[in-house]
Amino acid sequence: MTYLEFEKPLAEIEGKAEELRALARKNAGMDVEKEAAALDKKAADLLRDLYKDLSPWRKCQVARHPDRPHCKDYIEALFTDYTPLAGDRNFADDHAIMGGLARLNDAPVVVIGHEKGNDTKTRIERNFGMARPEGYRKAIRLMDMADRFGLPVITLVDTPGAYPGKGAEERGQAEAIARSTQKCLEIGVPLISVIIGEGGSGGAVAFATANRVAMLEHSVYSVISPEGCASILWKDAEKMREAAEALRLTAQDLLKLGVIDRIIPEPTGGAQRGADTAIAAVGAEIATLLKQLSGKQPADLIRDRRQKYLKMGAKGLAA
Amino acid sequence: MNWISNYVRPKINSLFSRREVPENLWTKCPECGTMLFHRELADNLNVCTSCDHHMAISPRDRFVRLFDGGIFTEVAVPDPLPDPLGFRDQKKYPERLKAAQKATGEKEAMLVAEGEIGRTPIVAACQDFSFMAGSMGMYVGNAIIAAATRAVELKRPLVLFSAAGGARMQEGILSLMQMPRTTVAVQMLKEARLPYVVVLTHPTTGGVTASYAMLGDVQIAEPNALICFAGPRVIEQTIRETLPEGFQRAEYLLDHGMLDRVTHRKKLREDLIIVLRMLMHLPPPVAADLPAPKPVYVEPAPVDAAATPEAAPAETPKQA
Ligand SMILES: [Zn+2]
Repeated sequence: MTYLEFEKPLAEIEGKAEELRALARKNAGMDVEKEAAALDKKAADLLRDLYKDLSPWRKCQVARHPDRPHCKDYIEALFTDYTPLAGDRNFADDHAIMGGLARLNDAPVVVIGHEKGNDTKTRIERNFGMARPEGYRKAIRLMDMADRFGLPVITLVDTPGAYPGKGAEERGQAEAIARSTQKCLEIGVPLISVIIGEGGSGGAVAFATANRVAMLEHSVYSVISPEGCASILWKDAEKMREAAEALRLTAQDLLKLGVIDRIIPEPTGGAQRGADTAIAAVGAEIATLLKQLSGKQPADLIRDRRQKYLKMGAKGLAA
Repeated sequence: MNWISNYVRPKINSLFSRREVPENLWTKCPECGTMLFHRELADNLNVCTSCDHHMAISPRDRFVRLFDGGIFTEVAVPDPLPDPLGFRDQKKYPERLKAAQKATGEKEAMLVAEGEIGRTPIVAACQDFSFMAGSMGMYVGNAIIAAATRAVELKRPLVLFSAAGGARMQEGILSLMQMPRTTVAVQMLKEARLPYVVVLTHPTTGGVTASYAMLGDVQIAEPNALICFAGPRVIEQTIRETLPEGFQRAEYLLDHGMLDRVTHRKKLREDLIIVLRMLMHLPPPVAADLPAPKPVYVEPAPVDAAATPEAAPAETPKQA
């Protein structure tokens, strides 16, 4: 278990309980279970308290937690017959973006998402979930295919942002993102997006311009990282807590603003402490949202999506 | 008599919007260091007379020099909620907005107008880099939607001049939501089969480039304009190498297939007229249709400009 900075007191208690039990294993006849169980309870209470009302900056840390389930975990657990379809037919296949055909509860869909990787090797392979233009162009191609064959599209968003690299810029990062957002708005099939971790700026919006957007309880979705915002507006990257607060990047605030439609609860202590539960909850939510949209005519799906965005932002936080 | 009100309006506007005039009346070219007399610079469309460097030009000044005879009518933009997030960094967002309004004489970072260029009716929108770095928030989104709606209503092409440091961070996620919102605006034009021409000016970056500024039917840039998604400093920090000369500049993007043309500001009006007339199935422009608007430089107005006799007659036809 990787502990976050704010979980340090928890790490200490859990460590103590662990030590006690290790000690007992070495010394037969030593009874520590009562004491250890008390520590367990203390840890459980503390965990619940810590996660009851996470500050926006803490949510950012949870959303980026390396043990949090990633796109690949969701695809493997929720979908059957997942068949990756690679390449943008122009330049390359971007491994930061997973995508292909799959079945969700037996119904064929197209699934697309950012994959961050879970160890050094796969993180580098996946470029930490930061897509290059090829990634967006692959997604455009897949959305186009979904549209032609009447398959709903499900996107799983988890990216720090689009990759700021030389080649990415040369090959038209901005254009690729713009076209991907445009494609999201054009397709006559249901488009459902779930923000499972980090919704980083344009790199996220290129997939998350959807009929329905759901967010895991401790995910974040923002125009800029709190660190980036702090260094620009506060001229001090250390002011990320203030920036995270001001940006209103939590699922709870975004629901009030009407930017997202649903919040999916996470197990106590975050999705990283109960991947199976989190994944199942996401699966159930996708199924519910798909049901809401099933039977709608293509033209209505397109119109509803556009209207939703045209109206967005009109009501503010007051609601 | 609509044309009278149209005709006088830009004049009044230009009096109101006269930006802070440098006290010494000289501007130093940031590129070559030449000292340029402000009048000479304004008459040259804010392009350095010595090295051709394209300096920023305000939307209002650009429109005055773009539309036939300097005549245009503003298109109203619906007001968004002010300060939707109650944002505060070192300053409160409403204070920053007020300061920008005072410095520019404009309400927000985009101006929308309708008028004719070379007798070609168009709707135009122009982003104002001097207003909070031209950043895109709800107002800019509303402006682009209003511009597209008006263009569709009048069956006219939309010409959009982009210039932005990126998103309006003080509007948080709602600034990000302008990417899909403005994309819907572009789709309205596409569905109506109306041309959408983007003129990318220095600098156009971030979410603006990654939405409406890259979705034009024709993509024109001003020379040497910085056009990018991620800025050069961010990239240098990420890849830890120095970027080549001219990286992310207009000519570089042209070489990499991201633009149709790079056009000098002085040739831009002609380019637009020629292209738009073809796309709109209008006969070729004849020389007589192409008189560049007269130089409209006016001496900096006194503070009570609105009360001067020059501005006064404007009220009469407007009320009539
Ligand atoms: Zn110069």
